[in-house]
Amino acid sequence: MASEEVQIINRQGLHARPATQFVETANRFSSRVAVYKDNQKVNGKSIMEMMLLDAERGAVLRIETQGADAEPCLEALVQVVRHFDKNPKKP
Amino acid sequence: MEIRKGIAVSPGLAIASAIVLDSEQFRIPRRSIEPRETAAELARFQGAVQRALAEVRGLRERVATDVGEKLGAIFDVQDALLTDPRVSEGICELVQREHYAPEYAVSTVLRGYAKKFLSLPNRYMSERVADVYDVEKRLLRNLIGAKRETLGTLRDPAIIVAHDLSPSQTASLDRSKILAFATETGGRTSHTAIVARAMGIPAVVGLKNITSDVAGGDTVIVDGNHGLVIINPDTLTIARSREANERFRRMERELGDLRDLPAVTLDGHEVKLWGNIEFPHDIETCLARGATGIGLYRTEFLYLDRGEDPTEEDHFQAYAEAIDHLKGLTLTIRTCDLGADKFTHLSGEYDERNPFLGCRSIRFSLQHIALFKTQLRAILRASALGPTRIMFPLVTNLKELRQAKMLLADVREDLEEEGASFDADMKVGVMIEVPSAAIMARHFARECDFFSVGTNDLTQYALAVDRSNECVASLYTPGHPAVLRLMKTVAEAAHESGVELSVCGEMAGDPIYIPVLLGLGVQVFSVSPATLLEIKKGIRTITMDQAREVCDRVFQFDSDREVDAYLGEIARRRLPEMFA
Repeated sequence: MASEEVQIINRQGLHARPATQFVETANRFSSRVAVYKDNQKVNGKSIMEMMLLDAERGAVLRIETQGADAEPCLEALVQVVRHFDKNPKKP
Repeated sequence: MEIRKGIAVSPGLAIASAIVLDSEQFRIPRRSIEPRETAAELARFQGAVQRALAEVRGLRERVATDVGEKLGAIFDVQDALLTDPRVSEGICELVQREHYAPEYAVSTVLRGYAKKFLSLPNRYMSERVADVYDVEKRLLRNLIGAKRETLGTLRDPAIIVAHDLSPSQTASLDRSKILAFATETGGRTSHTAIVARAMGIPAVVGLKNITSDVAGGDTVIVDGNHGLVIINPDTLTIARSREANERFRRMERELGDLRDLPAVTLDGHEVKLWGNIEFPHDIETCLARGATGIGLYRTEFLYLDRGEDPTEEDHFQAYAEAIDHLKGLTLTIRTCDLGADKFTHLSGEYDERNPFLGCRSIRFSLQHIALFKTQLRAILRASALGPTRIMFPLVTNLKELRQAKMLLADVREDLEEEGASFDADMKVGVMIEVPSAAIMARHFARECDFFSVGTNDLTQYALAVDRSNECVASLYTPGHPAVLRLMKTVAEAAHESGVELSVCGEMAGDPIYIPVLLGLGVQVFSVSPATLLEIKKGIRTITMDQAREVCDRVFQFDSDREVDAYLGEIARRRLPEMFA
């Protein structure tokens, strides 16, 4: 299991496009992905749940991955969150 | 359980499961599948997902090529929603465990999520709900495909929940199975209202977002007597509604006996029992329930739901239609009562901190004289066609009444010059619905022909209670001794000056207050069509002596609780079948 905290830095927060990027990345790995915000926990592979997290700019997410490719998966997701506004195109 | 308030357009009460027609008119029945069909139904669902995905990806590519990558990417969200593992798990679980048909499972799951989106504080996110609805529609279209069921073949009785009903839809309805309508739109042109009345089933219109709040298969109560729709009612509410429904039907059965009998007390004192209406065609219902006139015609609907002011001809047509329906019975037209909770494009221009104390009703009319004169002209012209009375709402001082009457006189002069015909003796009334007017009733009585007490506003203003605010709603009752004393002042002033006394608020339609109103000498009870018969029955089971006795007793109490408890007890004794 791997886990890391990361802050949402882009202006609009975890809106539809970044959330889509996030779950698309998560779904490329076999590990399970859990995302925590405050006391909510959601499935990081579900766009619905990620959007309902309603994470605005400044919110801190804890990403937790579990499985064979947990480490690379976590690394990729952290990068996605850090670069939300910088890679508007599909990764 | 969720209670929604709309506009009652056809009386009655129904409890049944809902069929929701969205704007694409899908019917989403709560259909169960046989356990052995589970695998096949799941495969059908997966097939629909694949076809929907192919559609979305095709659209994405086309838009990206034609318009640009950025817009094409909009479809990525839908793509992600269609492949969302939590969503498909949720749907498959309902199919496997609850044996829901996939259509119903899709609708249930996605509408569940949609509700969550709508409750998000972040406006940007809550607007993502559009994507969720879009995905739902796409899946349903792929699931239902060509074998879309029609409304003509309903298996079980149902309530139709829709944005609006088109004439072709209502024409194809299996009328024997449809118990009620609840729709989002509801203007005076509401087709639903007309059809419902013709079918004799309850209907409530003007229910914002009802098609997204109700899922197909939800149990729904449509209360066409009070304009309420209750979504997923609890067992107690269902039991109460069934009881109320039973009572209502019993009363309906007595319709034949009661309709043509006068509203007269046991000792022969007759009062006028009139109806309150919003649209001219409501008159049919009133007459079918034995009303002998219209004591309140609300004209706001002429102004609402449109981008421009109604013309004189719009007004005139509506009034002429009403007078035509009435065949010689009296029509009482209340001038525009806009503001507070009812807005047009015009009154919306004010951002008021306290709209109920703001520029509403006669105040609004007196500040928009051209608009007001247009209505006055139409009313006067209509008065040539049949007995018509006019009344001014929310008058708080004599100056307002005098101004309104002066404008009426101006308009009369204009019409005279033009050679137009009108009733030169048209009666002018004042609505007494503000404590200041009640207290000053004696003075108002000298300058008008009749009073009509609007008990809803009078109660709200006298007790400083907004009854739509659930924190204080329990403080609201016209049985409060202060409200009753105001009414007594009004009654005494009316009787002294020979001004006719009418009550058109909801108090007149509540059977427990009949003895008080009779005791106060009310001459006209003007009530909603649904309560006409109950009130007639109530009036016919009491003598004036008894009514006066109850009324005197009521004025000895010092709290609303005592008043309402005592009147409730009397009513139960007198009309046990109504309060069973």
